[in-house]
Amino acid sequence: MIQMSGITKAFNGNVVLENVQFELANGEIHALMGENGAGKSTMMKILSGIYSKDAGEIKVDGEAVQLKSPKDAEKLGIIVIHQELNMLPDLTVAQNLFLGKELTYGKTGILKNRQMEKEAAELLSKLGLDINPRTRTGDLSVGKQQIIEIAKAIASDAKYIVMDEPTAALTDREIETLFRTIHELKAKGISFVYISHRMEEIFAICDRITILRDGQYVGVRNIPETNFDEIVAMMVGRELGERFPERNCAIGKTKLEVRNLTVNGSFQDISFKLRRGEVLGVAGLMGAGRTEVAQTIFGYRKANNGEIFIDGQKVSIKSPIDAMKYGIGFVTEDRKTEGLVLDFSIKDNITLANLEKCSSSGIVKNEEENRMVAKYIEDLKIRTSGPNQSAKSLSGGNQQKVVIAKWLGTDPEVLILDEPTRGVDIGAKKEIYHIINQLAEAGVAILMISSELPEVIGMADRVIVMKEGNLTGEVNKEKMTQEVIMQYATGGEKGVQL
Amino acid sequence: MQQEEKKVSNYKSKELVSKLGPLFGLILLIIVVSILNPSFLSIANIFNVLRQVSISAIIAFGMTFVILTGGIDLSVGSTLALTGAIAASLLSSGMDPFLTMGIALIIGLILGAINGVIITKGKVAPFIATLATMTVYRGLTLVYTDGRPISKLGDHYSFQLFGKGYFLGFPVPVVTMVIAFIVLYFILQKTTFGRRVYAVGGNEEAAKLSGINADRVKIAVYAITGLLASLAALILTSRLNSAQPTAGESYELDAIAAVVLGGTSLNGGKGWIFGTLIGALIIGVLNNGMNLIGVSSFWQQVVKGIVILIAVLMDRKKTA
Repeated sequence: MIQMSGITKAFNGNVVLENVQFELANGEIHALMGENGAGKSTMMKILSGIYSKDAGEIKVDGEAVQLKSPKDAEKLGIIVIHQELNMLPDLTVAQNLFLGKELTYGKTGILKNRQMEKEAAELLSKLGLDINPRTRTGDLSVGKQQIIEIAKAIASDAKYIVMDEPTAALTDREIETLFRTIHELKAKGISFVYISHRMEEIFAICDRITILRDGQYVGVRNIPETNFDEIVAMMVGRELGERFPERNCAIGKTKLEVRNLTVNGSFQDISFKLRRGEVLGVAGLMGAGRTEVAQTIFGYRKANNGEIFIDGQKVSIKSPIDAMKYGIGFVTEDRKTEGLVLDFSIKDNITLANLEKCSSSGIVKNEEENRMVAKYIEDLKIRTSGPNQSAKSLSGGNQQKVVIAKWLGTDPEVLILDEPTRGVDIGAKKEIYHIINQLAEAGVAILMISSELPEVIGMADRVIVMKEGNLTGEVNKEKMTQEVIMQYATGGEKGVQL
Repeated sequence: MQQEEKKVSNYKSKELVSKLGPLFGLILLIIVVSILNPSFLSIANIFNVLRQVSISAIIAFGMTFVILTGGIDLSVGSTLALTGAIAASLLSSGMDPFLTMGIALIIGLILGAINGVIITKGKVAPFIATLATMTVYRGLTLVYTDGRPISKLGDHYSFQLFGKGYFLGFPVPVVTMVIAFIVLYFILQKTTFGRRVYAVGGNEEAAKLSGINADRVKIAVYAITGLLASLAALILTSRLNSAQPTAGESYELDAIAAVVLGGTSLNGGKGWIFGTLIGALIIGVLNNGMNLIGVSSFWQQVVKGIVILIAVLMDRKKTA
């Protein structure tokens, strides 16, 4: 059992944790929740010996301990699995499992490969994984790599495992396997700290929730005795109201039509219509080809077959520049690698797609830029010290708003949003939903790819579902349930349900 | 909120220090050199330093563009030799000096653009592509000149003025360098093209997905670099009144050194051309100062290398 109490930590005089407490019982799965910047990761870095605390006490099994380095924490069985996996893709599974603690013949440095592979195989089968320990790790799915990280922790006798957003990159089936593994280990007395933004998952798997806000302890709740609204209110410090705001808009004529779009090896025969003022959800498991379809519509991938119509006119889109000419905007899935130039300021990022508009004969007009940027900072409630703040230093939600602002600047008539709220805290999520509603009400046709089913159901007027590169179903608002969508996404019968 | 603001202003002042660091280094260097040998500060010597720096600085300006996009251009020295030889032979054949200069500049632009096309359309890594063209352009120079220097350029007053003359009391090469600096500074900081150069270097994928034609930007920066290398070739040819087939050897390394000394990141996306100017001046003052003090030319290389290392290490520390 771990007990942390009175934990206080400041960086350069800025207090990021103040008198925070946290308790992890044996064989418990305990969620740590809070908006971005609430202090969750600082708390866990103190627990794992990466940061030293300024004040407070940590007790393991009733005994006060000093954690001065990750090694100290590891000796007590505390292991953190970070969001970015620590796997070397070119090594085998066994090599990764024994990385840094290889079995050798005495001190010769000669490896006992066969024994390591044997032990790795035993460990993997104990976790219910049917993986050859000689497999190259990079060939495994992210979900399996995640479980191998857990196996690695078990191999070093972990008793307390901290998992930071473990499911962010997993498919639903992989999440199931992960949860099963966690449950089995829990039964053996291993405890988990589970950090996630996904409420559904937390309620499905955790025993207790501790909530932090602005570096302070707010409270702890037992899962069956609390509910979604209470937790959210505790996190944001106020009632948020409806999770998905109402939208009132007249759906108009068909704006974008895709017929038989195919990219060999990615997806085939995708056809759908998107109307003005409509939010069309695109559901499916990760890897179903949804992002690829969006990239193809946007001209970032070459289609092998198929046609695209805008306002009933057949168009040829060969590059993002063409797509933008037809009024298409694309808020990409990964804001860090595809959406933002991280070293750029907020201003330079927002105007990146609008340089023509903010310049005359190639010379940038500063007033024009400043006006555009000031407008979106206000409209989208981007929390920043000013337009020259670097995009890198913003929180996830604000970064996402900057990417959205970049596209709003182009006055899009079709806006593709790929996972618009991934890794965004609850308050910012709701603001993004508001922005989507405002756009739809203004007549923008919106294609929203999302892996969070409650979000799809809450926001979309209609949803199309993809599975392994095929369009497997279409569901209208009235019939939308998680079960129906999952059936199409995982292999329900093909056909259109209306 | 306040926390965040503090972080930002902290970040900004840090950024300013790291941007102006090279300038402080240059000033320090000048002070040390002039204490050790006061004749450093004579007008004649200062003009001498600036005249020498003008050639390497102009090449380094182009290199800054390329490095900002995350690339590198090893062919600048060979481009200089080839365009210098072409200019010299045209002049000695009696061609009008202005027409000659125009032709040389256009050839430089084309040689640079070829680099850009190989890199973007051929998808070859910039290091490899320009390593190859460096060899090709140098070989072409040797073929063209038959391995012999071209002298006897004829008595073209206006061409001689380009490398040796004075304008309002300043050496013409220095004036050329300053004009090039102002134009290029303006392009990088105030135009959409400049913004795109930074964007392509900062995050090429995000730039492409924002509707920027990254290939076109890259071809343009290599073309600009070629153009500037041929401009440097004209200054050099005019000053020496001849063209050497071995001219410009290892100039690419001096140019890269000047860019790096100026604080531009070799990863692209970060840096500014003012830093490059300072970097080129640091190298120039260092060379000149060590000559004045009487450091042997062998030791000079050691010192230069160490200065570059120290500068990069200090920069590392600041960003860490």
